[in-house]
Amino acid sequence: MVSGSIPVLGEFGFDFFVGTAWNPVEGREIFSALPYVMGTLVTSGIALLIGVPLSLGIAIFLVEMSPKFLRVPIGYLVELLAAVPSVIYGLWGLFVFRFWIIDYIEIPLSTYFGWLPIFSGSPFGLDLLTAGAILGIMIIPTVASLSKEVISAVPNSIREGAYSIGATKWEVIRHWVISYGRSGIFGAVILGLGRAVGETMAVAMVIGNATGPAAMPTSLFQTGQTMASLIANGFLEATGPLEVSAYVGVGLILLLISLFINVGAHLMITRVFKVKGGAIE
Amino acid sequence: MKTIDSEIKMQTKDLNAWFGAKQVLKDINLKIQTNTVTAIIGPSGCGKSTLIRCLNRMHELIPNAKITGQVQLDGEDIFDKQVDPVQIRRRVGMVFQKPNPFPTMSIYDNVAAGLKLTGAKKGKHLDEIVKHSLEQVTLWEEVKDDLKKPGTSISGGQQQRLCIARAIALHPEVILMDEPCSALDPIATAKIERLVVELKRDYTVVIVTHNMQQASRVSDYTAFMYLGSLIEFGSTKDIFESPKNQLTEKYITGEFG
Repeated sequence: MVSGSIPVLGEFGFDFFVGTAWNPVEGREIFSALPYVMGTLVTSGIALLIGVPLSLGIAIFLVEMSPKFLRVPIGYLVELLAAVPSVIYGLWGLFVFRFWIIDYIEIPLSTYFGWLPIFSGSPFGLDLLTAGAILGIMIIPTVASLSKEVISAVPNSIREGAYSIGATKWEVIRHWVISYGRSGIFGAVILGLGRAVGETMAVAMVIGNATGPAAMPTSLFQTGQTMASLIANGFLEATGPLEVSAYVGVGLILLLISLFINVGAHLMITRVFKVKGGAIE
Repeated sequence: MKTIDSEIKMQTKDLNAWFGAKQVLKDINLKIQTNTVTAIIGPSGCGKSTLIRCLNRMHELIPNAKITGQVQLDGEDIFDKQVDPVQIRRRVGMVFQKPNPFPTMSIYDNVAAGLKLTGAKKGKHLDEIVKHSLEQVTLWEEVKDDLKKPGTSISGGQQQRLCIARAIALHPEVILMDEPCSALDPIATAKIERLVVELKRDYTVVIVTHNMQQASRVSDYTAFMYLGSLIEFGSTKDIFESPKNQLTEKYITGEFG
């Protein structure tokens, strides 16, 4: 991949990372990855905003509150979400979810907060917000099941200690359980982020696929592009060697970011389980 | 009609407890005198831990746990619907078998945690209470320079004293101890035992122990339990020197247990 991206990096150098242009027409070629990096960051950010609270809610409910007979079926349902192929998420997003987003989120937001730049533009549903929201749902199985493991690993003696000094159930969860598991939960969130960053098909189907300066995110109601969706949409139709190299270059950035995120997450999760082993003694 | 007897801090009336279908306490009637140490002895599995977990409503936290009968604190039933278990647990503190200081909190915060829940703000007043609580458990001199270190960074015996400080920081009326020395070495045990005797000046102490010497050293009253029933209750002297029940005698002389 590195060698594949040498031509584009040699041609445009630093501009490949900071520009916004994307023009594959022969003779006037210019390629920059920034809009797609930004598109990835924005959609992944939305995904975390939506997916993390839901996942944590599910994990806490399953471990701390749910009656026994619900624990297994709900846990199973959540894990089933991971088994749905991403193209199905894409189809569902395109034909069903998109219209919920338009009716219940985008129209109200643009009516009342349309003066804010990030909510400007017409609610069309094929945009960064829909893509981010779909991603938010797609990361739930990852984040929820890992957080569930982390929360189950919190020793009962800690909960008992907290109850014995007059903590309510909610306080025990907030101040003790989450605080004890926080780096593990953080690791789960980062793994979810890794999933969101790399997800391709579902995003490509609902994000609207802009290229060039138009793909630079300014509003959530704007068509955009992530690194992954850009490659999926364009790579097969790439003509010139420089264009191919540009896709490979974007792929390289994506790979580095994903690697960085996943390694970081694993480091964090293993650290928690180590701390756990020696916590009481 | 409630009868309030200032000498009696806590009292159980026909207390029964279950885990699921298994009955672990059978018609327990026990009176706990104010400012005394009451020891609960008996072989493993006789229900002594369950009994003290009923006294601060910790038993009900276990799924499928069930309780009937009454536990009175100052003459009032703590299982009454209007009673908030959180308030009961502040009035009736608890120390567990294995030291369980909060690993994510500093030594200082371990002691202050209960007060912070009640809205206490950081500052001189809280510092005073933390210091006083640590002094009461003779831990202050050992940790005063390490207050910011994690609660789990000190030795097991120190951790257990920290847990006692955590309980007394809330100024409870009763302190329940569930085999507090079973995970500790003899020196740490001796320190805790000395502490228990001192604590009864300000608090009422109930201590579960499987160590009969410990019961005879620290307690004023002793309750002997067997298979979920309270077999005999009386002054420690009577129980150990002239037990009325044969089972008690057998247990104390080491014939079973």
